[in-house]
Amino acid sequence: MTARARAAESEPATASEGRLARRFAMLRERDEAAFVPFVMSGDRGLDTTATLLDELVEAGADVIELGVPFSDPMADGPVLQRAATRAISAGTTLPRVLELVVEFRRRSDVPIVLFGYANPFFRYGPERLADAAAKAGVDAILCVDTPPEEADELRLPLRDRGLDMIFLLAPTSTPARIRRVLSVAGGFVYFVSVAGVTGVKTADPGAIEALVSRIRRRSPVPVGVGFGISTPGQARDLSRFSDAVIVGSHFSKIFEDASDDAEAVREVVRSARELKAATRRRTSP
Amino acid sequence: MQKLPDDTGHFGGFGGRYVSETLMPALLELETAYARIRRDPGFKRELRGLLSEYVGRPTPLTLAERLSDELGGARIWLKREDLCHTGAHKINNTIGQILIANRMGKKRIIAETGAGQHGVASATAAARFGLECEVFMGAEDVRRQALNVFRMKLLGAKVRVVESGSRTLKDAMNEALRDWISNVESTYYLIGSAAGPHPYPMLVRDLQSVIGREARAQMRKRTGRDPDAVIACVGGGSNAIGIFHPFLEVPGVRLVGVEAAGHGVSTGSHAATLSAGTCGILHGARSFLLQDELGQVREAHSISAGLDYPGVGPEHSWLRESGLASYETATDEEALAALDRLSRTEGIIPALETAHAIACAIRLAPTMPRSAILLVNLSGRGDKDMETVATARGVTLRGETPAPVASPVAGRSDA
Repeated sequence: MTARARAAESEPATASEGRLARRFAMLRERDEAAFVPFVMSGDRGLDTTATLLDELVEAGADVIELGVPFSDPMADGPVLQRAATRAISAGTTLPRVLELVVEFRRRSDVPIVLFGYANPFFRYGPERLADAAAKAGVDAILCVDTPPEEADELRLPLRDRGLDMIFLLAPTSTPARIRRVLSVAGGFVYFVSVAGVTGVKTADPGAIEALVSRIRRRSPVPVGVGFGISTPGQARDLSRFSDAVIVGSHFSKIFEDASDDAEAVREVVRSARELKAATRRRTSP
Repeated sequence: MQKLPDDTGHFGGFGGRYVSETLMPALLELETAYARIRRDPGFKRELRGLLSEYVGRPTPLTLAERLSDELGGARIWLKREDLCHTGAHKINNTIGQILIANRMGKKRIIAETGAGQHGVASATAAARFGLECEVFMGAEDVRRQALNVFRMKLLGAKVRVVESGSRTLKDAMNEALRDWISNVESTYYLIGSAAGPHPYPMLVRDLQSVIGREARAQMRKRTGRDPDAVIACVGGGSNAIGIFHPFLEVPGVRLVGVEAAGHGVSTGSHAATLSAGTCGILHGARSFLLQDELGQVREAHSISAGLDYPGVGPEHSWLRESGLASYETATDEEALAALDRLSRTEGIIPALETAHAIACAIRLAPTMPRSAILLVNLSGRGDKDMETVATARGVTLRGETPAPVASPVAGRSDA
C-alpha cells in the first residue's frame, strides 16, 4: 500500500477539504475553469491508460474522469460504446481500474472521478467499493444510471469515507429535479449539455447558458458541462459560465482512429493542451 | 396484501428507476399521467371498447382435451391469447399505452422488440391511431423473425436494426433507451415487457392483467373453481405477470413461470434469469440478471427470440423471492417437442415462447390427478416461428426465390 493510500485510509477527509474541492478553489483563484478529460480505462490496454493519465496531467488536466467499462452503456453513443467494448475485451475490470488509480496516486495529486454504470459498481458492493476507492485515492464516483432516488446505498458509504457522489442534470431537468439533485450533489454537478447520448449531438453553449447559470447560482458545488464538446471554441464559451469543461467521446474517437498506441496518446495530448488553454479566462468579465 | 410497487417503484428490493437524469422528468411525467388516466372513466371506456372490438377480447378458454387425455393426469386449459389481433398477448399492452401516449400528446412512438410480436403490436396500435412508430430490433432477431419485420413495415413502422452487443432484445432495448434520451420531449417509449424503470413494470402488468381476470372468470364459469396451477413462459415476463396477477391473492393456486433453458442451464447457454442469475441492475431496474462476477451482462440464448433476454421484470424477482411464484425451465428441445405435440393433439401451433409453458404443463400434468386443473397462458401463435422450427429440423422452406413482383408496400425502413 502506498503512503498516500495509507493516509487516505487513516484520515478520512470530509468532501469539502478533499482534493476535488481544493482543486476547484485553486482554479477559482486563477480564474480558470477546470479542464476534465474523460478516459475509458483499458482502451488500448491499461498500460496505455496509465501513460495517458500522466500525459494528460502534463497537458493541464485539472480533474480526470476515469471510465469503468460496462457491457450495456445505455447513455452512451457509438464511440463510447465501442470504447467500452474494446476495454472489456482487453480485460479491463473494476479491480484493475482501482489498481491503476493506486499507481497513479504515487505520481499525481490530480483528482480522479470514476465514471460508470450502476451494475458493475453495485455488483462489486457499495461498502466494498467505497473502501477500495478511498484506499486507492479515488475522489468521487459518478454513476450514470443512478439518480438521487436510488443513490443512497452508494452515496452514504462514499460520504462516510470522504468521497463524493456526482450527479447529473440535463436540459430536460425541471426546477423540481434541479432542487432534488442539488440537495445531494457532491464534488461538482455534471450538466449534460444536450438531451442525448454521449458524443452524438454537438453542444451549443449559447443554448444552455441561462440554465447552467441558474443552476450554478443555486448549487453548493461547482457546475461542469459535458457531452458533445470537442473544440477549444466550445471550451472557451463554456468556461465563461461554468466551472468545468468535460471532454470524452472526442478523445475516444482519436483513440479509435489512431494507427498505434503512441500516436493515440500523442494526438489526445495535443488536443488536450488546446482545450486546457481555452478554459483560462484571461479577460474575465 | 401489500400493494406493490411502493411509491418509489420498488417491489421489495427490486425495481426502481435506474436511469440517466435526462430521463427522470419523462418517467415522473408518465407516472403522474398514468395515475390520472387510469382513473379516467373515458380512458377505461375507450380501452374496453378497443379490447373487445379491435383486439377481439375476451379470448376463449379452451380445454386441451386430447393432450390431457394423452398425458393421463391434470386437465389442461389454454387461455387463447394467440387469438388476439396480431397473434399474441402483446397488443393488450400496446393499445393501452397508445391511449396513454395520445392523452399525453406524444406523436412519436418507439418500441423494442425481440420476437417481433411487440413490434408488430406497437406498429399496429400506432397505425390505428395515426402515430409515427419506430421499432428497434436486434440484427440477429431481424434474421430469425423476417416475417414480423415485414409485417411491421407493412403497418407503416420503421424498423431500426441494432448491430451492437449480442444483437438481440437486450441491445434493442439499449438502443430504444438511447433514442428516448435523445428525443424525450416528443417521444413516447412503449415498453413491451414487464421490465424497465418504474412505472413501466406496473403499467404493463396492469394492462396485461386482463388476461388473468378473464381467465379466472371463465374458468369458474366452466369448471366452478380456480385452477390448481397457472403456467406461463417468462422472458421479460409480461404474459406471465398478466395471467398471474389476478390469482396472486387466491389461496391454493400455484403460479409457475417457465424460463428458457436454451441448450440446458448447465451449459451456460440459456436465458433462465431467475433460475440461474443473480441480482443486478439493467435497463432501469434492479432484478435478476445473467451476469459475470464483475457485473458485465452475459448474452442469453434461447431458440425463441422473445425469451432470449438476460434480464427479467422486477416483479417476477419479487414473486420468486417471496415464494409467491415458482420458476422452472424448458430447453430448446423440450419447447420444440411441446410445439409439435400441441399442434398434433389440439390443432394449435403455439409460438416458440409459449411452447416453453406447454413443455412445463406436459411435464406437470401426469404427476397430478385427473381432477386437477392446469391453466396455461397460450400467449401467442407460432406462425412467425415456422422458419426457425423448419431449420431446427433441417428442412428448407424456400427453394428458389421467386421473381420479385412490384410491391404495393411502401414500408419506410432502413433495414
